[in-house]
Amino acid sequence: MGNDDNPIPRRGFLVGAGTAVAASLTSLSAEAQTSTATATPPAVATAAEGTLTLTSAEQAFFAAAVDTIIPADELTPSGSDCGVVVFIDRQLAGAYGSGAKLYRSGPFHKGKPEQGYQLPLTPREFFAAGIVATNAWSRTARGKDFDRLAPKEREAALKELESGKVELSDFNGKQFFEALLEITMEGFFADPIYGGNRNKAGWRMVGYPGLPAVYTNLIDEYRNKRYSVEPQSIADFS
Amino acid sequence: MAIRLKEVDAVMVGMGWTGSIMARELTKAGMTVIGLERGEDLTPREHFALPNIRDELKYTYRKELVQDPALETLTFRHRPSEMALPMRRMGSFLPGNAVGGAANHWGGLHWRYLPSDHLCRSHIVNRYGPKAIPTDMTIRDWAMTYEELEPYYDRFDKLCGVSGKAGNLRGQKVSGGNVFEGARSSEYPNPPLKMTESALMFEKAAKELGYNPFPQPISNSSRPYTNIEGLTLGGCQYCGHCDKSGCEANAKAGPHVCILPLLRAEPKFTLRARSWVSRLVYDKRGKKVTGVIYTDTRTGEEYEQPAGIVVLSAYVFGNISLLFHSKIGVPYDPMTQKGTVGRNYCYQLSRMGVTMFFENKEFNPFMGAPGASMALDDFDGDNFDHGGLGFLGGSRFACGHADGRPIGYRPVPPGTPRWGAAWKKATAKNYHHAASIAVSGSNYANRYNYLDLDPTYRDQLGRPLLRLTYNFVENDYKVMEYTVNAAAKIARAMNPTIMGPARIRRGDYDIVPYQSTHNTGGTVMGHDPKTSVVNRYLQSWDAHNLFIMGASTFPQQPAYNPTGPVGALAYWSAEAIINKYRKSPGPLVHA
Ligand SMILES: Cc1cc2nc3c(=O)[nH]c(=O)nc-3n(C[C@H](O)[C@H](O)[C@H](O)COP(=O)(O)OP(=O)(O)OC[C@H]3O[C@@H](n4cnc5c(N)ncnc54)[C@H](O)[C@@H]3O)c2cc1C
Repeated sequence: MGNDDNPIPRRGFLVGAGTAVAASLTSLSAEAQTSTATATPPAVATAAEGTLTLTSAEQAFFAAAVDTIIPADELTPSGSDCGVVVFIDRQLAGAYGSGAKLYRSGPFHKGKPEQGYQLPLTPREFFAAGIVATNAWSRTARGKDFDRLAPKEREAALKELESGKVELSDFNGKQFFEALLEITMEGFFADPIYGGNRNKAGWRMVGYPGLPAVYTNLIDEYRNKRYSVEPQSIADFS
Repeated sequence: MAIRLKEVDAVMVGMGWTGSIMARELTKAGMTVIGLERGEDLTPREHFALPNIRDELKYTYRKELVQDPALETLTFRHRPSEMALPMRRMGSFLPGNAVGGAANHWGGLHWRYLPSDHLCRSHIVNRYGPKAIPTDMTIRDWAMTYEELEPYYDRFDKLCGVSGKAGNLRGQKVSGGNVFEGARSSEYPNPPLKMTESALMFEKAAKELGYNPFPQPISNSSRPYTNIEGLTLGGCQYCGHCDKSGCEANAKAGPHVCILPLLRAEPKFTLRARSWVSRLVYDKRGKKVTGVIYTDTRTGEEYEQPAGIVVLSAYVFGNISLLFHSKIGVPYDPMTQKGTVGRNYCYQLSRMGVTMFFENKEFNPFMGAPGASMALDDFDGDNFDHGGLGFLGGSRFACGHADGRPIGYRPVPPGTPRWGAAWKKATAKNYHHAASIAVSGSNYANRYNYLDLDPTYRDQLGRPLLRLTYNFVENDYKVMEYTVNAAAKIARAMNPTIMGPARIRRGDYDIVPYQSTHNTGGTVMGHDPKTSVVNRYLQSWDAHNLFIMGASTFPQQPAYNPTGPVGALAYWSAEAIINKYRKSPGPLVHA
């Protein structure tokens, strides 16, 4: 962690962030919490959970990133409080992370964007390398690892990555950002059985009812009328 | 050395839609049939059951039912001068990989091609003269007319329990149906699905503009239905999970619901899953195939399955690659335009349309189905006058809600950031209030779009990968521009609060995002062995006991999705095998 001037160990920092978010949510006015149909009870901020594959630096990076992509507000708790980091950890530790359904034979050439992913890395390795490269850039550009930046600075950093104008060393920053955004959205909106979308926060935010999705008799009744029910997930039917 | 098995009358390479239809027809005619399928066996009861079938991450994003590129994929480049690179992840198209084939996770839009689609080239020449066709556009006529294929279209409709409304019954126009369709011998087996609010709004606006909207024909039963095989389909539940997932209600047609229960009980039929065919055994001098070589993917053991007839039912890419691997036919060369295998590869123009936002409408986008929509064919094929337009072909439009699954479906007005607080707000606000007109366009063949074998990359069995050389050409860009603007006009007439930008594609074809699994061509049908791979009965010109199924036989792709004619052709070819070929084995057409 080299030039790290923050004395709080990373895992501790993470718990701190979660608690702060929970506190800020509870302090929202009652009105703000109940004024919209999508108001969500805050997910219970969990104490540090073990990880399957992420290192503490990676876990901190993802927490900072997903909380920037999905900031806590009156709609939902933050990305990490919704379990998105847990989701990412499980995905990267599993078949997907180790390169299932990925053609991995060489030779490897850069190719055009329209030819798609051409790196030898599995998703697990891709994110590991991307985090190292992003943190190195963050230290050069802003003096700190990404997760140590203030929220505004993180936002600015992600915008720069998204714009494609940043050159990370030996890594495509735009490609990394797109992958990060995709896995974050998956974690926020996938069935909670995967560890993200905790308390169905993502589903509540948009008003997606989840399961069982049997609408034969409801489609006529709710034509041009909002269908809003307590969402249910796979676990609720298992 | 491959272990040699006992000869059977016929072997199917691939057990999706076409393999299942063919196996059923041939066993009914008394033949012994083996169905080889590279993927695993599935049963709807176990694999398509609640609650896990409602898992967007698993089916749409981790592509549970889709071909595994680690085993077999293809390489891709835009033009012959470039280096092709492997499609390392499945994206643009998602072929199937299990018993049932792509029909396990298809959307079920069920079309018949227009009579003029069957006569693509001669129709255009008749109407606009030969000069209307650009030199590099290698379109041509099908090897049979719509009228000839109609009884087989009809049979496939009744196998699937298609829901819809006829627009042309035995030559009589019927209001409310598709006025452009060819004459149907009977009404759809089932009435249309229930329509979403968005579909009704589109219908109204389109009618007011003088167009002819009609309910989307769909292989998704609107009520319980007993098909021509005596098997029962359930009624659609409007769950919003059709596309890329299996059907828990048994309402979506597919081999598992419509045919396989009978084949499984049929003593003349043997199903062998995890049997990956690596090549056909070709007797070039005898102009026939003697069987197939396959690997049991559980053990790695190699087998030779001798057969009197070989049916290639391995989807477009499987069919083409197996011809190459077996050295059957002459590979197509785009420079000389000689050779046949791999030519006329076409796709479909998709990811086009326009998204609208209606402040005061409630769409419940998760309640729906691909068939709960209204379609429009006024800008399809040659249903409109192309005089002076500078392009050929067209697009079909549809509007409805089929899929509100939230990882993928998150419409926001133009200008919204893709993440952060403003994104959240806009996503929460608009999820219930957006609707889209989807536009899918025809893709007419071009001499430089083709398939051959890649010189560098190999599959898990050590065979060279297929190499796809493909790009959009000028005609395609013009189709997109003209038809999407026409759709935008209807969108404006629907009077949205906010109108999204017309999604017209510019730039090169991109193999990354999903577009459609409507790949066609490569083993095209025709009357001349110099320019086609199969004759009008889908019989190979190079091996008289080899029959090639599926959309790889299409010379070009209209805007419609392919499976209606794919099923019809399987019945048509099966009948030719049973009634003609069995009586006197040999070429059914003499060139
Ligand atoms: C997401 C999606 C949506 C779709 N939506 C529509 C739609 O709305 N309307 C429409 O008309 N069409 C649609 N389609 C296309 C439709 O599914 C196909 O046209 C149809 O399934 C083709 O039938 P087939 O028999 O040619 O191939 P398939 O049904 O794909 O069957 C081919 C089988 O062969 C097997 N196979 C391949 N190679 C080998 C080998 N070497 N050895 C052994 N087995 C092999 C495969 O595993 C597969 O099971 C869709 C497809 C997808 C994926």
